[in-house]
Amino acid sequence: MRRIIIATVQNRGGVLNRITGMLHKRQFNIESISVGSSETEGISKMTFVVDVKDHQKLEQLTKQLNKQIDVLKVSDITERAIVARELALIKVGGSGQLRAEIQGIITPFRASVIDVSKDSLTIQVTGRPDKVEALIALLRPYGIKELTKTGVTAFLRGQQPSQVAEINSFTI
Amino acid sequence: MKVQAKHDVGSTKKTLTGADVLIHALVDAGVDTIFGYPGGAVLPIYDAIYRSEASFEHVLSRHEQGSIHAAEGYARVTGKPGVVIATSGPGATNLITGITDAMMDSLPIVIFTGQVASNVIGTDAFQEADVMGITTPITKYNYQVKELSELPKVVKEAFHIASTGRPGPVVVDIPKDVSAELSSAVHEATFELPGYQPNKTPNPLQIIKLADALSRAKRPLVLAGAGILFAEATEELKELAERYQLPVINTLLGLGGFPGSHELFLGMGGMHGTYAANMGMYECDLLINIGARFDDRLTGNLEHFAPKARIAHIDIDPAEIGKNVQTEIPVVADAKEALQALLLRSITFPDHQDWKVKLTRYKQDYPLWYERSDKEISPQWLLETVHRLTQGEAIVTTDVGQHQMWAAQYYSFEKPNRWVTSGGLGTMGFGFPAAIGAQLGEPNQLVVSIVGDGGFQMTAQELAVVKERKLPIKIIIVNNQALGMVRQWQESFYEERYSESLFMENPDFIKLAESYGIHGMSVDKETEVIDVLKKAFSFNGPVLVDCRVVQQECVYPMIAPGKGIHEMIGVSK
Repeated sequence: MRRIIIATVQNRGGVLNRITGMLHKRQFNIESISVGSSETEGISKMTFVVDVKDHQKLEQLTKQLNKQIDVLKVSDITERAIVARELALIKVGGSGQLRAEIQGIITPFRASVIDVSKDSLTIQVTGRPDKVEALIALLRPYGIKELTKTGVTAFLRGQQPSQVAEINSFTI
Repeated sequence: MKVQAKHDVGSTKKTLTGADVLIHALVDAGVDTIFGYPGGAVLPIYDAIYRSEASFEHVLSRHEQGSIHAAEGYARVTGKPGVVIATSGPGATNLITGITDAMMDSLPIVIFTGQVASNVIGTDAFQEADVMGITTPITKYNYQVKELSELPKVVKEAFHIASTGRPGPVVVDIPKDVSAELSSAVHEATFELPGYQPNKTPNPLQIIKLADALSRAKRPLVLAGAGILFAEATEELKELAERYQLPVINTLLGLGGFPGSHELFLGMGGMHGTYAANMGMYECDLLINIGARFDDRLTGNLEHFAPKARIAHIDIDPAEIGKNVQTEIPVVADAKEALQALLLRSITFPDHQDWKVKLTRYKQDYPLWYERSDKEISPQWLLETVHRLTQGEAIVTTDVGQHQMWAAQYYSFEKPNRWVTSGGLGTMGFGFPAAIGAQLGEPNQLVVSIVGDGGFQMTAQELAVVKERKLPIKIIIVNNQALGMVRQWQESFYEERYSESLFMENPDFIKLAESYGIHGMSVDKETEVIDVLKKAFSFNGPVLVDCRVVQQECVYPMIAPGKGIHEMIGVSK
């Protein structure tokens, strides 16, 4: 099952290495990690998307993360109301007629063309991973020359409803 | 050497080096013994040791592995953190086995490694190794000191992390320019570890649950691990066991946490544990694990582990609970505090008379056994004899393998912190240097190092330290001229194809000892063993005894790999 886990960590040298090393050693399957600074200086936020076998494995994962001395807080936010986003840059081949066609495809996704060359164009898309995946699938027939993704970053919505309607583990 | 002032540097010049700051910090941390080996990147530190007026001992090993295993032995018997200094590059990499060993067996060790100067880190400089990268997975935490001003804080944190919660090794990597840098002041050490707050106090609700489970149990069993020793909870464990007449078993590393001769004690559990201990785990309906980590050598095949039991697990490390075995009653706490809390609860005396009778019968009907050779020395008998002649009072250190298992089976301990063995990592070459640290930590105790002929050759160079420090260690080589456990597995599981496990050539261990100025004796007849051992134990100084034992002997009983704890082989003749 897929889970979204966020960890608040002290921004010390080697912290990413210590955490990814532990995840590798303990055989956890990580789909993506994104790391960046937070609202507090010296504190970073990490967002993991992981694929774990069962709840016992999941519990181990959060415990092992918590055990790390640089880790301040670990939360599994999969079943909460969250905003989760990732960014993808997609370079597709295309000139003339095709460009207009591609433009038509990306508009509903609110993606934008951020670079154009003689025979290619680069598209930037931001959103929930399922939306990003959908756009990539649509662009594939045009020939994707290059693709890069940031991985998911996420946090809780400002308001938590009593019943969470989102089923995040499927959309991630 | 006893480090004392050689030059009175302090009076004329107030300037300190980074290394001086380090020494101050070590003294502040209460360090009395350092195990180390000098080299280029730690020259400033060794200069500061030479000049220091502080009275601590520096023990010069003959290989860095010797330093760290000695520090582990010291930590194991004293409960205080072991301190190691090594140089950059090869000095640091020679420590890796010991650091991993300390990590696996939760020993508090603080390791200071020299590093090349900051401006050349990352350039593959002479004797550079990525110590931070290499030691990250095998330490509880590690630091590289970037600024001299942070050194006192780092040292303070390192000792705190190493010795609290679940103990473990902490590495502090110090670039040469930092230790050589001149400083006018010793900076104040302030503490800052928001992400590290080990929980010592048990959740009262879980204690109530555990008390309730115990009240209802028909077949309760206590599994006591090394957590009992770290928490100094032997009295509380005994009190609980006696008050409710609970049978107790130990893990390998937990031996000594409960008196070996106690009527409630069933022995060690696991691969070479007793039949009673393992059947106890198999048949119990409540298993109370206190400070053990359900290692695979204890549990055997998890499918058959304690299949009828409710599992309660008391551990200071929450990540150990539920890691290998599903746990119904988790208690994250220090073993002593948890037991104290449990002893305060009202618990109905469990109705388990039948269970006690059953286990006592197992214990009586299936004791440890061996066939005593009529000519050669049986290793099990040798260990029994060592136990008898030392009244079971010695500190015993071992490597890994057959001799370790026989020591665990036949040298039973009445008191804690007298058993020093490499459990998790199973390190050959551990036992002898660990004895050096143990003897330095407990100078008035008899220290017996039980080693194999294979393992001893891995760290035998430390004999020089024994001579130098006049340590009265008794080294007993259980010499079967083979890697006994490898040979045993080849006999049992590889149709007696003894691939590279029999030694065709061994040194003359007597001459080897004598070349270091250490008294050596050998014995190959059973009739002479008692006489030789008596001489060795009463000898005023270190002795090495080369005991030639039966090569074909196997450790029994045994849970074969992949089998359950109820499927022991070699239970009786």
